[in-house]
Amino acid sequence: MRRSLIRWGWLFAGPTTLAFMIGFVVPFGLGIYLSFTKFTTVTRSTWVGVDNYVRLIGDQTFLHSLWYTSAFALVTSVIINVAAFAVAYMLVKAIRGSNLFRSVFFMPNLIGGIVLGYIWLLLLNGILAYWTRSITYSETYGFWGMVMLVCWQQIGYMMVIYIAGLQSIPEDILEAARVDGATGRQALFQVVIPLVMPAITVCTFLTLTSGFKMFDQNLALTNGAPSRLSELLALNIFNTFYGRPGFEGVGQAKAVIFLLIVAAIAFVQNRFASSRETAQ
Amino acid sequence: MNEVKHGRFWTVFFALLCVAYLFPIALVVVNSFKGKVYIASEPFALPNAETFVGLDNYVRGIELSGFLEAFVWSLVITVGATALILLGTSMTAWWIVRVNNGFAKSLLGAFLLNLVVPFQMVMFTLAWVTDRLGLSNPFGLWVIYLGFGAGLAVFIFTGFVKGIPIELDEAALIDGCGPVRTFFQVILPVMKPSLITVAILEVMWLWNDYLLPYLSMDIKKYKTIPIAVQYLKGGYGSVDMGAMMGVLVLAMIPVVAFYLLSQKHIIKGVVAGAVKG
Repeated sequence: MRRSLIRWGWLFAGPTTLAFMIGFVVPFGLGIYLSFTKFTTVTRSTWVGVDNYVRLIGDQTFLHSLWYTSAFALVTSVIINVAAFAVAYMLVKAIRGSNLFRSVFFMPNLIGGIVLGYIWLLLLNGILAYWTRSITYSETYGFWGMVMLVCWQQIGYMMVIYIAGLQSIPEDILEAARVDGATGRQALFQVVIPLVMPAITVCTFLTLTSGFKMFDQNLALTNGAPSRLSELLALNIFNTFYGRPGFEGVGQAKAVIFLLIVAAIAFVQNRFASSRETAQ
Repeated sequence: MNEVKHGRFWTVFFALLCVAYLFPIALVVVNSFKGKVYIASEPFALPNAETFVGLDNYVRGIELSGFLEAFVWSLVITVGATALILLGTSMTAWWIVRVNNGFAKSLLGAFLLNLVVPFQMVMFTLAWVTDRLGLSNPFGLWVIYLGFGAGLAVFIFTGFVKGIPIELDEAALIDGCGPVRTFFQVILPVMKPSLITVAILEVMWLWNDYLLPYLSMDIKKYKTIPIAVQYLKGGYGSVDMGAMMGVLVLAMIPVVAFYLLSQKHIIKGVVAGAVKG
């Protein structure tokens, strides 16, 4: 079986692997290489060692977007998860209309980031107009504008995952807690939450990663204004590549740092998940 | 956890929350029927005899953004790339799991690395590769998406194939099936739940993806819906708010239709994708 299948690799794995080379492996390898060069196009590059990495340390917009993005990822991750869990916790109970509510909360996830950005631009600027301001008035306005948008978008997504987690808790465990005289709060914190911990881990990392990677919503809602202060990392990298001639190498080096951050988060998640598996 | 105290209170509470939730969308729909100067000045006013413009905004929005063509290209890219990803990565995943030698394992490792890498890491070089190979068109993007989007699909499929008993493959072989027939007639039907999961996740990603097609495709010739929306903002000194509202509503209609038709699968797919990813 196995040996005969090996010969069929060209058919089963071949096409995807070829596309994978074109769409990922080659661009990825070139990207790492180019981060150590000064270049304007891929073929016109000169080796400069770690020069790009040194230059990005002195780049104020990058350092600013680094902490701005970290704050954004952290804040959205906390709000989304707490809200999504609370909503899910109520909706798994027999409330009239639960299914309809669930559908409504999930819907924004299907709408793309660019469209969402312009929907919220209308709403937020409309409200802020009463104080004759707009979303690009300061970086704080942009920050909370994006937080609201992303919460609105993702609470429904995480809620769906939490609902599945909550529904998988065996009824007799909750019954046992009740018989033992646990109050509602005790049952929640000592029985329910520990049992949905896997869902909490997954959702926390999903929201953290997507917070760090956020691009479309940022582009549509603030486009970095005022003066690049509301730029998240992804947009900062984009603007370095395509907005500042001569800085392509620095942009690529920033992208490598970005990769390392996202990979570190994924690595921690992996450790979390596997330590839980061995604990059980 | 079936009984709930104050059931009626919670129903009212969530009903109000839903209304608030839908407010931003309703706001865009309402404004799409108002003259463009009134949208920015009084966004919260309902259209009246003076401000109502009928479908003008939609007509102008479609013209300015090239919405209809963008819709077709979005559809071509999403459907084609999803089909190609489903076919290509399910075959690859089965081969990887069943062969399971050093090469297959390192291939799987490379696919998993792809899961972690953010798009900004490859955006510049990917656009160059795409251009060099003459793939800067909607059909070329099928290949690019198969390559860049393979990670998640292979990950979910390999997880699923590991749960299929190998006796199933062997039984097919004993019955005289070659690997190709074994896969398409025996394995693929069993993989149906994971195929739906991956299809849902890919469609949600591909339909809304902005940056990859924007950078890798010749956007003078081809636009997708997100590109058309962004183009409406970028192409002119001051944004035509009326046209923008019309296009935003048009952009949401297919999405909402898709949601109403396949809500159950979408929610199942999201849950299955999250548990494994």
